[in-house]
Amino acid sequence: MSSIHLHYDVNAEDFTRAGEASGSVKKRLKALGYNSDAIRRVAIAMYEAEINMVIHADGGFVDVDIYPDHVDILLSDHGPGIPDVDKAMQEGFSTAPDNVRSLGFGAGMGLPNIKKYTDDMRIETVIGKGTDLYLTVRVAES
Amino acid sequence: MVVKDIIDILEGEVICEGDLNTEIKTACGSDMMSDVLAFVKDQSVLLTGLVNPQVVRTAEMMDMACIVFVRGKMPDQGIIDLAEQRDITLIKTRFRMFTACGKLYEGGLSGGTAV
Repeated sequence: MSSIHLHYDVNAEDFTRAGEASGSVKKRLKALGYNSDAIRRVAIAMYEAEINMVIHADGGFVDVDIYPDHVDILLSDHGPGIPDVDKAMQEGFSTAPDNVRSLGFGAGMGLPNIKKYTDDMRIETVIGKGTDLYLTVRVAES
Repeated sequence: MVVKDIIDILEGEVICEGDLNTEIKTACGSDMMSDVLAFVKDQSVLLTGLVNPQVVRTAEMMDMACIVFVRGKMPDQGIIDLAEQRDITLIKTRFRMFTACGKLYEGGLSGGTAV
């Protein structure tokens, strides 16, 4: 199946720019005529993950593959890794510093949100090495 | 209700003008963007006391047409530019969160969810 491949580097130095990649993917999917529900699910999941990368992992990269019936997203970072994935998946559990909370994030909803909006989610994490987050959103016919 | 009505009800000041005739049926009020991303469905107005670019990006991801800054909060030019590029209307109101939400609810807007 043919796909469209997009690549983004996520810079952690400027929090204000977090979400640029997600916004760009959203725009692209819209131009390609995907249905709005799928576009929103991709945008929210990717945005949450992008914010996570900036908060916890000092940035990384995102690879997006757009297929006619689904969108695959890989978010890869060289951050500290997630010590306890089950705990990180609990709503309300957060290790984000206070300054992140004052920006409106760090409520412990990031990973649960990502799971909620995607059809498939896989986390590969190694302490001290980084985390790869694989996401798939299936697209219904518009 | 359309965006223009929100401006009237909240005696608001338009800081960035998108389409003021966009139909608005539901709204949500929060300073926590994570919660907005978690619980909001099809709301087209976000009321918030938080002032940073991620408010606009959150609204963008959720397809919201309008952001109301409560308690007279004024966004900076960077935020205004982001909203302008995304055709999102920014409104400033002197009312506090509770009062602003109450006025819009009274005017016919709902939260759009069962709870």
